[in-house]
Amino acid sequence: MTTLKIRAIGAPLDRIDGPKKVAGTATYAYEHQIAGAAYAFPVQSTIARGRITAIETDQALSLPGVIAVVTHQNAPRLTSDADARLVTLQSDAIAYSGQFVAVVVAETLETARQAASLVRVRCEEQPHDVELSPTHPDLYKPATVNPAQETDTSSGDVEGALARAAITLDATYTTPPYHNNPLEPHATIARWDGDSLTLYDANQGSHRIRDDVARAFGLPPERVRVISPYVGGAFGSKAFTHPHVILVAMAAKVAGRPVKLALTRQQMFAVVGYRTPTIQRVRLGAESDGRLVAIAHDVIEQTSTVYEFAEQTAVATRIMYAAPNRQTSHRLVRLDMPVPTIMRAPGECPGMFALESAMDEMAIACGLDPVEFRIRNEPERDPYTGHPFSSRAVVACLREGAERFGWQPRDPQPGTRTEGDWLIGTGVALSTYPTRRRASSARARVEPDGTYTVSLGASDMGTGAWTILTQIAADALEVPVERVRLEIGDSMLPTAPIAGGSMGTTSWGSAIVAAARELRVLLHEKYGGVIPAEGIEAMGEAGDNPEAQRFAMHAFGAQFAEVRVHRETGEVRVPRMLGAFGIGRVINAKTARSQLLGGMTMGLSMALHEESVLDPRFGDFINHDFTSYHIATNADVGTVDVHWIEEDDPYINVMGGKGIGEIGIVGTAAAIANAVYHATGVRVRDLPITLDKLLG
Amino acid sequence: MNPFRYEWTGDASAAVALVAPVPGSVFLAGGTNLVDLMKLGVIHPDLLVDVSRLPYNRIEPLPDGGIRIGAMVRNSDLAADRTIRTRYPLLAQALLAGASGQLRNLATTGGNLLQRTRCPYFQDVAKPCNKRAPGSGCSARDGYQRHMAIFGASEACVATHPSDMAVAMIALDAIVHVLGPNGERAIPLADFYLLPGDDPQHETVLHHGELITAVDLPPLPFATRSCYRKVRDRASYAFALVSVAVALDVQQGVVREARLALGGVAHKPWRATRAEMALRDAPATEAAFRYAADMELSDAQPLSGNAFKIPLARTMIVRTLLDLTSGGNA
Repeated sequence: MTTLKIRAIGAPLDRIDGPKKVAGTATYAYEHQIAGAAYAFPVQSTIARGRITAIETDQALSLPGVIAVVTHQNAPRLTSDADARLVTLQSDAIAYSGQFVAVVVAETLETARQAASLVRVRCEEQPHDVELSPTHPDLYKPATVNPAQETDTSSGDVEGALARAAITLDATYTTPPYHNNPLEPHATIARWDGDSLTLYDANQGSHRIRDDVARAFGLPPERVRVISPYVGGAFGSKAFTHPHVILVAMAAKVAGRPVKLALTRQQMFAVVGYRTPTIQRVRLGAESDGRLVAIAHDVIEQTSTVYEFAEQTAVATRIMYAAPNRQTSHRLVRLDMPVPTIMRAPGECPGMFALESAMDEMAIACGLDPVEFRIRNEPERDPYTGHPFSSRAVVACLREGAERFGWQPRDPQPGTRTEGDWLIGTGVALSTYPTRRRASSARARVEPDGTYTVSLGASDMGTGAWTILTQIAADALEVPVERVRLEIGDSMLPTAPIAGGSMGTTSWGSAIVAAARELRVLLHEKYGGVIPAEGIEAMGEAGDNPEAQRFAMHAFGAQFAEVRVHRETGEVRVPRMLGAFGIGRVINAKTARSQLLGGMTMGLSMALHEESVLDPRFGDFINHDFTSYHIATNADVGTVDVHWIEEDDPYINVMGGKGIGEIGIVGTAAAIANAVYHATGVRVRDLPITLDKLLG
Repeated sequence: MNPFRYEWTGDASAAVALVAPVPGSVFLAGGTNLVDLMKLGVIHPDLLVDVSRLPYNRIEPLPDGGIRIGAMVRNSDLAADRTIRTRYPLLAQALLAGASGQLRNLATTGGNLLQRTRCPYFQDVAKPCNKRAPGSGCSARDGYQRHMAIFGASEACVATHPSDMAVAMIALDAIVHVLGPNGERAIPLADFYLLPGDDPQHETVLHHGELITAVDLPPLPFATRSCYRKVRDRASYAFALVSVAVALDVQQGVVREARLALGGVAHKPWRATRAEMALRDAPATEAAFRYAADMELSDAQPLSGNAFKIPLARTMIVRTLLDLTSGGNA
């Protein structure tokens, strides 16, 4: 593998997009000024399953300023190749509550919204099935789990080992549905110029949106352009194309005008995805010395009737601990519910809540300190592939984290530390996330004045990509960062994968390094080091990592939490959390810290607050706003201490960095749940940990 | 949201004269709840009369030793007022326990009293709700019950009143002054709110066109020993699961008088009169406090999803009373 001279990489460079964001001049999707734009407001189904028998639009159309009402009766036809999630206004069928059934286009947003309330949708309601249960008769085994992983794994004899084990645990953990809830709502402006479509859109990767939209409308990809320079958060909900993008493109086509659409917070709960609820049975067996002999993790979760999204909830369990007998499985049920999607650390996040809660319970059952219990079960190789780990910092993170956190001395007896009315407890849990990359391309260009432009269809959803890709480009070009201008967020730029799976930086950065190398070779070999007046341009490509065939590649971390539980009211506070991570080389110490801190904060929010409440009578998430869908406030978050340990991994990519967008959330909920147990003696296995679960 | 007419006036009589004859008209003050409800399609006023510039923005002493709070006094200003903080600490604490800093900067005293329930079914026009659409049914009774009432609910409605401020005020025997088309009247806050009964769309005794101009707090010397305790699902910016407003007069170990009100438990701020009666002349002991709490809660009718509010309210009442009696300061 080529090497990179590390200069700018690692520096805590301020965000280069920061001043624009502070000044309000960073243009988010909805803020692009498009001449002649009209406004769209959708109409959503209020039933979970059935057929539309009539849509009355006369009243809406008669409102002054209304341009069009698009329904399944007059919507442009999509191709049969369209992604099933995107099939919008194509028939009278209703598959979930909140599904788009019409969209109104008007001269103003206010008129569109009023007219939408005047559209009368008559339906024939059919019985719906919206509740996940472990005994649902329609549970099935999906072919793979996201993105294309084995559904089930099994080795050894789990049942036999459990039957013979000196100490066993059999516990079921549940997580509720969650909604990604980025601050910026999903928004798109669509403009047709003949058969060409331009979308200003909030997303995690413009090429993915372009390809999905082109396929849905039967257009060649080059006829669709997606422009997305700034994105206000996503957490996975802007990775895949969602139906509102199709809806606004249709609206613009029918209206013959550019059309703007921003979803309301309430609408977002139905149409841009959520994390599936999970029911997870974990069984562990150990010898009396605390060595695990069996690990079983069996998951039940849901998808929609429209599209199968199978969250990979048990995959982390395949690699975390040594045990000769092991199994994982995933079973789904298709419900009359909105389509679930990826949300920060899909799979690892809910799965590690279960596994790491179970490991805490098992450590207690074995009479071992939870840190030592985990170290005792550290595998020498990846138990799943049998490959060595390219790097694995579990023990270092546990030891350094425990030291910095002040884990010891710790009386394992629950409820022994108090301060006034508050019971105090501490908990630990591991984190992990795969280190991967996807094929990407990039272009590098140099001008005679020695300034460089590096371009690719990368996406910065608030993570810091604008900044860290500039740092990588500067080091790859061997110039100061001031000489490098980055272009991202546009499907006209070289093809790049989405910001997702913690592989944006690893994929894009590898392509940037390749393009820079091509440019430097060209400059020296063809132009003798003299930049011609017209400048020089070079493309670079980086494909899959061949080392992934030899090594198991993952980031790891250990997370510690201290909680206080009010002995009378059950109120939970988290005064401090600490995470120690092995994430390879950090590209930017400032944005990396923000990513890890943000992940841990989101994990705290998951542990204590977040829950999308299903009302099964309506098939609808009833708490669909920020009043009732609680996300941690500043007052809920205490000290969050983030560390990373030195880790030199030459196999993962030329930068030596692992993805960090997701690992921060992974272990947090279990660390807090384990700390709550330590404080109170109450084991909460169903999130969120609300005070009623701790009362009395 | 439907188109609406907007007027503003600096004169209260003019504001009343604008609203009274127009059935679909409402007063607009801070707008922190009203505008949300308009956007959600829960209410469709034809006319908004902006009263935020009426000269009711003062906090003044009354001749009897009480305090008059102008209806347009912002929640943040009221919470910060020195007199309120020293003489009625439970009220300042209640205000600061409510909403967010941004909302408190806009929300007014009168508007706070008149804010609507945050019952999710009331706020979702696709769902049946007797309060929003009389006769359509109550979705909450058999639905998401966590925030619903344990006192005074009806078959028609189990919603709770969201205000913190009003809980403290009802404990203080506040008097609401209103100006209407037929002149002024004063309504004890205890009589101001209605239980849902069969027609939960009616929440107060106000008539159309009546405007809150002020809230009077009678003198209550022992309110210097008072507090407001709120328990909620996150540390800030959440409505009460249960809140307790308490003021206590204890002399020689005996409760002379107690004021106790609960929030998050009923369609209105809940004055705990049974508990107050049990406390009067009782010894200031944990056993007596527990008895008083039990007296109040014996009447509670929880739903399966909010039964935890009963032990929570009990423990909060007892603990708050104990905290006020130990150490001798509020």
